[in-house]
Amino acid sequence: MTRQNVWVASLATPVMIAVLLLLLGSPNVTATDQSSAANTEVKIDNFSFGPQTVTVPVGATVTWTNRDDIPHTVVSTDGVFKSKVRDTDEKFSYTFTKAGTYPYFCSVHPKMTGTIVVQ
Amino acid sequence: MPDKKQDLIDQKLQDLNNDGVDRRGFLKCMAWAGTGLVWTLSGGIPVSRAFAKSSGKDVDKSADFSFVQISDSHIGFNKPANPDVTATLQTAINKINAIPHKPDFIIHTGDLSQLSKPSEFDTLDQVLRGASAKQIYFVPGEHDMLTDNGEQYLQRYGKGTKGSGWSSFDHKGVHFVGLVNVANLKAGGMGSLGHEQLEWLEDDLKGRSASTPIVLYAHIPLWTIYPDWGWGTDDSEQALSYVKRFGSVTVLNGHIHQIMQKIEGKVSFHTAMSTAFPQPAPGTAPSAGPMKVPADQLQQVLGITDVNYLVSGRSLAIVDSPLGASGSSASGNGGGPGGS
Repeated sequence: MTRQNVWVASLATPVMIAVLLLLLGSPNVTATDQSSAANTEVKIDNFSFGPQTVTVPVGATVTWTNRDDIPHTVVSTDGVFKSKVRDTDEKFSYTFTKAGTYPYFCSVHPKMTGTIVVQ
Repeated sequence: MPDKKQDLIDQKLQDLNNDGVDRRGFLKCMAWAGTGLVWTLSGGIPVSRAFAKSSGKDVDKSADFSFVQISDSHIGFNKPANPDVTATLQTAINKINAIPHKPDFIIHTGDLSQLSKPSEFDTLDQVLRGASAKQIYFVPGEHDMLTDNGEQYLQRYGKGTKGSGWSSFDHKGVHFVGLVNVANLKAGGMGSLGHEQLEWLEDDLKGRSASTPIVLYAHIPLWTIYPDWGWGTDDSEQALSYVKRFGSVTVLNGHIHQIMQKIEGKVSFHTAMSTAFPQPAPGTAPSAGPMKVPADQLQQVLGITDVNYLVSGRSLAIVDSPLGASGSSASGNGGGPGGS
């Protein structure tokens, strides 16, 4: 092996071990809809929330952006959060400090529903 | 699935004249041709006659009074589907003012504004001041309840109404009831009247003679047109049960920005065009949002509804007319935004 390869190999091993430990240690890893970043995006388009169900860790902020040419709102069915009316390109953010399941809907077009799962 | 739903809707329409054209087809043809369509109800049986926009002599002779329904002005909307909704509302008012048999009043079936902004309501009021019919009745749409649960709407347009803005009045022997089905909407649901309003409605109708013609008006359709898009009212069945005993019931709605009609026994349902922008037919687009049409067709898909009460036969004739004919771009409306 060349010196460079040795260097890479010796770096790769501890990194791999660290990643493995992270993966094993964290119960929050799921195959889909996982956002470990501080900010998660939900797009409002064609009278629907996308993705409709989002899972985030405690402390994460979810930001909804309205891409429709009709105003919408983001309202928790349990009274936890409630946006002002959002016109095209306007945003609403909420930071989830408690674990739980948060169903919400658009109070203007109530057929539009979504869920934020906070773990 | 959409095809199946369309079949269900079409089943409700019948080919009355046995000429191979059902009501939907007839309506489509007439709207495209830019002529008005007269539906007369005689003893609950609909008879249709087409008439040229300029005459309407048949209706004039026997009409006891008429009123006009406009809907979904969405003042404040400024996207491609119509950059100048104030101008098209003005066109609608001009059209109303030009009706030879002067309408006694106007009913606005909601979505006056786009965002419930004071400036939007102010602009609407400014345009409506130019209507020769001075009496205007309103019911709110969901766009009028966006900021404060409709407080502002009620302050401006809710005089004499109860709750979220419902009321009734009598006019020359016809009983009118304005209902609000856009307040306190529940997640996953459609329009909703609510217990308090339903109780009030039952009481309001109690004791009235069954021969009194009834007109119900509300923003969201009081019959289920397309649940996926919220085009219906969850508890309308109860409301309709209260009017079942009456000989002539007409239900006027808006919200869907296109004409749809249905007759069920003695009740005829009708939705109006918007004066702002059209929306797609059920299931023909990803969602119910504003539909862009070529600029020279916009005037054809926006319109007003002229309702004539005919004393003989105690029936109401409903005439929908588009704002303009095919190919016409009314002066002042063409070009960019900011028309006069």
